[in-house]
Amino acid sequence: MYLSSLTRRLLGAATAVVLTFLYAPILYVFLLSFNRSKSVIFSGFTLHWWPDAFGDGEVRTALWGSVKTATVATILALVLGSLASFAVHRFRFFGREAVSFAVILPIALPGIVTGIALNSAFRQVLGIRLGFKTLVIAHTTFCIVVVYNNVLARLRRLPGNLEEASADLGAGAGQTFWYVTFPLLRSALFAGGLLAFALSFDEIVVTTFTAGAGFTTLPQFILGKVTRPNELPVVNVVAVTVVLLSIIPAYVAQRIAGEGSLRASK
Amino acid sequence: MSTYEGSPASPARLPGRGLSRFLHRHRNVRLVALLVAPMTWLVLAYLGSLAALLITSFYSVDSFTTKMVKEFGLGNYRDILSESVFRRVTLRTVGVAAAVTVVDLVLALPIAFYLAKVASARVRRALIVATTIPLWASYIVKAYAWRTFLDPVGGLMKKLFGASPGFGLTSIVIVLAYLWLPFAILPIYAGLERLPDSLLEASADLGGRAGATVRRVIVPILTPAFIAATIFTFSLSLGDYITVDIVGGKTQLIGSVIYDNFGPNPPLAAAFAVVPFIAMVIYISLIRRSGALENL
Repeated sequence: MYLSSLTRRLLGAATAVVLTFLYAPILYVFLLSFNRSKSVIFSGFTLHWWPDAFGDGEVRTALWGSVKTATVATILALVLGSLASFAVHRFRFFGREAVSFAVILPIALPGIVTGIALNSAFRQVLGIRLGFKTLVIAHTTFCIVVVYNNVLARLRRLPGNLEEASADLGAGAGQTFWYVTFPLLRSALFAGGLLAFALSFDEIVVTTFTAGAGFTTLPQFILGKVTRPNELPVVNVVAVTVVLLSIIPAYVAQRIAGEGSLRASK
Repeated sequence: MSTYEGSPASPARLPGRGLSRFLHRHRNVRLVALLVAPMTWLVLAYLGSLAALLITSFYSVDSFTTKMVKEFGLGNYRDILSESVFRRVTLRTVGVAAAVTVVDLVLALPIAFYLAKVASARVRRALIVATTIPLWASYIVKAYAWRTFLDPVGGLMKKLFGASPGFGLTSIVIVLAYLWLPFAILPIYAGLERLPDSLLEASADLGGRAGATVRRVIVPILTPAFIAATIFTFSLSLGDYITVDIVGGKTQLIGSVIYDNFGPNPPLAAAFAVVPFIAMVIYISLIRRSGALENL
């Protein structure tokens, strides 16, 4: 459309300013992880803090906690999300809308509502002690939606007659799934799994209420140290690690599944 | 099929074939098999928890024994509505959420317009990814990064400009607006992309200047997209407590009241958690007819 070159340039400049605003804080923490001094003003380059941070037992425990939680939650979310998307795609049934609603609700509500609801249910209703298991249950609950969205979007684009052809040629349900349906869904499952991993890896609010005192993740580690100036160098390194381990899977997922995949889920 | 039966290589003898046949004939069994696991999980683990939260919000805490009294009552809700501290917190939270929403809409409109109407297809794709990726960069890291900028003692802003808003309400609004900005950009971009150029050209042909075109053509057509954008900026601000904790100084919002009361007075915390929940349910059901939900 026609716009004066001044308008175009102003809009371009506004876009550049907004993007700078979006990236500056994240890039600044990258820079600080190589900062020689312990203050938040950059004063010289050092690689000192990186080996320091990963040599720290507390950091390693938290990293392992995050990886373990995100991995198990992702696997469970892949199974549950796929099942729900198959049901919604293939069948017309009473309560179909309610399934979509129940899947989306855990990320549509503020994290604190989800967090204290699960906490009360675990501790008061079920009498379970908080720890790794309760954390995985909580994370799976809000990760299901990303798998569900990705798989459902793929199923809607696939021609339905491939599975019928497979059945006509004598394949059983298991063979049809393994040789026909699964290969067609593989990249959507991979993208959904990556996003679920990224979503779980940097979650903090629900984690605070469902992990209990004995289990820490990297975001919890950061939250606990933010106000202690002496420990900031380690926090910076951990912060960069968390950002990379959630941005990279999200970016790869986006390359595989297209722009739409990141949207509704986060 | 029956003619092949008896042949050792026949698919009919493969294990599991009987199951396949059974599933093929019983549609409802297939549906139940697919749904039972995810729905048990979501209904038991999640909707059950929300119900437990709602029930807890009607209980109270005995002020002498500090134990929970499991008797139904509306005391917590009465306190939230009548005690001036809680009223102030609620109003302040709604004010912050509204301010964040306005800031985000103002920042989002030009970039969304650039994406939809100025950028080439290739630049547009790259910029959409560039806008979306920060959403996935850890929330806590972003809030922490802003702390290093805003810190009134030794922060980057103080060092560069000699002044900083410090830790308080202003900083909360800045950081929340920063955190949710991509949520505002994406629906507005999607709305603008669907807006035909010819309408804007018609407005220009009829003598409308840029300001008049924005006010009288773009804004009315984009209303559903704006509302979609506000669902996120508003709802996420209502429940936040970590940003409040990191850059808010002593400021209290609904999220921080829920967090602080969760240990000593779970029923009051539960009742306060029901407030943003109900606010969002009302908001979403009010705007359902505007078509905004298709813009999410």
